[in-house]
Amino acid sequence: MTDISASDFSRQSAPRVEARRTRLPTQWLGVAPFFIFALMFLILPTAYLVLGAFQNDRGEFTMENIAALSQPSILAAYWISIKVSVASAILGALAGLAIAIAIVRGGLPGWVRSATMTFSGVASNFAGVPLAFAFLATLGRLGLVTVLLNSVFGFNIYSTGFNILSFWGLTLTYLYFQIPLMVVIITPAIDGLKREWGEAAATLGATQFQYWRMVVIPVIWPSFLGTVILLFANAFGAIATAYALTGSSLNIVPILLYAQIRGDVLHNPHLGYALAFGMIFITGLANVVYIWFRMRSERWLK
Amino acid sequence: MKAGRTWAWLTFAAGTAYFFIPLIATLEFSMRMRRGIYSFDAYQVVLGDVRFQQTFGYSVLVSIFTILLGVLIVVPAAYWIRLKMPYLRPVVEFITLLPLIIPAIVIVFGYIRMYGSNSPLPFLATARGTDLLLIIGYATLALPYMYRAVDTGLRTIDVRTLTEAAQILGAGWATIIARIILPNVLIAVLSGAFLTFAIVIGEFTMASLLNRPAFGPYLQNIGANRAYEPAALAVIAFAITWGCMSVIQVLSRFAPKSANQPN
Amino acid sequence: MADAFLNIQSVKKDYGATTVVQDFNLGVEAGEFVSFLGPSGCGKTTVLRIVAGFETPSAGAIMVGGRDVTNLKPNQRNIGMVFQAYALFPNLTVAQNIGFGLKVAGVPKAEANARVAEMLDIIRLPEFGGRYPYQLSGGQQQRVALARALAPKPKLLLLDEPLSALDAKVRVSLREEIRSIQKKLGITTVFVTHDQEEALSISDRIVVMYGGKAEQIGTPFEIYNRPATRFVANFVGTLNVLEGTVTDAAAGKVRVGESEIVLKQPLSDAKAGATLSLALRPEAISLGRRPGHDSSLSGLISDVSFLGSVIRIRVDLGKNAISLDTFNSPATPPPTVGDKAVVNFAASDLLVLAV
Repeated sequence: MTDISASDFSRQSAPRVEARRTRLPTQWLGVAPFFIFALMFLILPTAYLVLGAFQNDRGEFTMENIAALSQPSILAAYWISIKVSVASAILGALAGLAIAIAIVRGGLPGWVRSATMTFSGVASNFAGVPLAFAFLATLGRLGLVTVLLNSVFGFNIYSTGFNILSFWGLTLTYLYFQIPLMVVIITPAIDGLKREWGEAAATLGATQFQYWRMVVIPVIWPSFLGTVILLFANAFGAIATAYALTGSSLNIVPILLYAQIRGDVLHNPHLGYALAFGMIFITGLANVVYIWFRMRSERWLK
Repeated sequence: MKAGRTWAWLTFAAGTAYFFIPLIATLEFSMRMRRGIYSFDAYQVVLGDVRFQQTFGYSVLVSIFTILLGVLIVVPAAYWIRLKMPYLRPVVEFITLLPLIIPAIVIVFGYIRMYGSNSPLPFLATARGTDLLLIIGYATLALPYMYRAVDTGLRTIDVRTLTEAAQILGAGWATIIARIILPNVLIAVLSGAFLTFAIVIGEFTMASLLNRPAFGPYLQNIGANRAYEPAALAVIAFAITWGCMSVIQVLSRFAPKSANQPN
Repeated sequence: MADAFLNIQSVKKDYGATTVVQDFNLGVEAGEFVSFLGPSGCGKTTVLRIVAGFETPSAGAIMVGGRDVTNLKPNQRNIGMVFQAYALFPNLTVAQNIGFGLKVAGVPKAEANARVAEMLDIIRLPEFGGRYPYQLSGGQQQRVALARALAPKPKLLLLDEPLSALDAKVRVSLREEIRSIQKKLGITTVFVTHDQEEALSISDRIVVMYGGKAEQIGTPFEIYNRPATRFVANFVGTLNVLEGTVTDAAAGKVRVGESEIVLKQPLSDAKAGATLSLALRPEAISLGRRPGHDSSLSGLISDVSFLGSVIRIRVDLGKNAISLDTFNSPATPPPTVGDKAVVNFAASDLLVLAV
């Protein structure tokens, strides 16, 4: 506020200062509920668990819970979780990328893109228990596809060792929400590939292949990689689908944690905290990497 | 680019197949209850099941409270931050990112430990208290989506300029919020509300660990014990989710568009 | 013109039922700088894109250096193009952008690097090789885009409204730089713009386009002073239009308001009593008597705008009104609104507009 030295205005400056002082509380009143809520129901509970991961029964600081995570059964759980998450992330990302490119650059009619985006928005939320049911109805022993393949082609997929209640079955099911998530996130990035770049490259003598190799892929790469990592984090934290599909037969970390919360199957409450901390650590790290990649690609495409 | 277009159609067809076959299979499976012919028997059983009605009703009620809680928390915060405190924006965006990073199972685990019967805030000591905690948990899960919906709505109508214009014309805060902000942000709030509803209806982890009679645990229970009813329920769940998303799409067409931004 | 370097022959372009370009013919000499000038939607960009190969003509052919390129893909035509939106590749540095065409053509590294350095000197950004596009201003990006287009030594340079996205000052300096680089390299150039000052100041010839047709092709002087159609007269420069009635067709006498003007040419296809539109450039009118200004009209000054070096005066002549420009004179204050005024001009400067 510039200084107004004319004397007429000095009379108005006094009440204005007071008004500003009373205005302060209102804006803080408005945002307070949000921060109190976040503190009480998001930050503190998580911090409680993280602290608990580093404490023993007597309340002393210790690393033994973290060390106990190296038990073979727990390590196996983390390993399976990571494998399922990586598999569904990479496959989902590639499939999602292919679909996104098809609807944006494929020369398809306009309704294809909007229908796909709408459907992807729905499908990325169609996870959890109903999704497991849907895939059981498709590829379970009595599922439609299984039965059709058997009756029409005489091909019994279960004879090849395939089972929907397995690692690959779960991965295949996870793809149902991973692929749409990829489509939704990567389509704006593909949109960002300006048509003029392709035209400029053409006038400079480049073939389609050269243009893709030298311009498109390097530009898309950070977004792509970042989204793969986001998909990884997404799959890592999911439990409901796995629980409904494979029960406890596929012992991924969330299911282990679920059993621990329900009935302390690990016989050490603090180990539960450590499990939770391990989960947060992995998904947190993944998200940090994702954000870093996104910032890099956004800087280029300003 | 003719070859490109063929590949595009092939990819699109493959994607459509992958996404529609399970839906068709589920529908088909759900109609197989009566031996030999297709019927809607499974649906009749499901919809007539008392537990279905109870748990579904419970989840709908919970989702309504979740939406109210979400709106009360998010709208004032989003408004004031946009208007007066843009420096808080990075903090708030980080907070809204947390529910996407911290899995639901971890969040509810934290609740159980922190707000158990022996804690200073014993939510879990009573059934009503646990219900409240469940609502809070759902509001937390929906927080990123609710905040983004409201914030986008506020950005599109350029809240700051509208507020300043109204102030210059002599309007007080009550008038501004009631006649300018609220009507324009209503559509965005409704979008967030429907997304919250979709999340709450299908949620399993929190409801199960807090032992509440919600729709999610009921679904899982049915799946463990019955054959055809789960498929019918899956179809119903998908229809509800699709319904919510369609409403959001329709709503977005009624949202006030920004006058000066071309996209 | 069979010996023109770039020959656009009877090109036509339809989009479904709409014809966007109608029977366009143009021959551009080697080393010539030709501008396509016209409002949005007139088809100028479409013709350019047909020359570049991004659109196929519904009829007609494009010949470059005697070779028929109509059916060639854009990357086979050896044409350089500069876009309105710069279109620099964001993941490559300035040097890598400029060297892109050379890399694609397989030019050996040493030679390519030398060429890139040469181009950086030509666009006067020698220290910028390692920077990324997002670190450059709009004007700098466009200069890099120009260098990138010219590095592979194309036979033809096409520019699609390259200055439209830039600030006014940058626009003026950059268009002069483009022209001087073009002259130095002697490359045949086609420049598309909607800004007539741009086209007039740097072109060898201008093609004024409207509704998919070339309204007039000529040098800037011809276009401005001898517009062939009403559209060209209106679009290029400001024009004062006087409505008058023919009194004597053979003697070329026209009644404008209260006065009678004698045109230096007989009006062969007009009858007495017919209405006529006469056009006059603001700089051809003066307030005081000037040698050569043999005709005059009287009226009242209705508006005076002080634009700095130029004073724009609006004079009400009854049914007509004209706008005239006079230079600012530090010693003389501008005229006042409401003063009586007599405007003078030479009858030979009047343009008879086709009705």
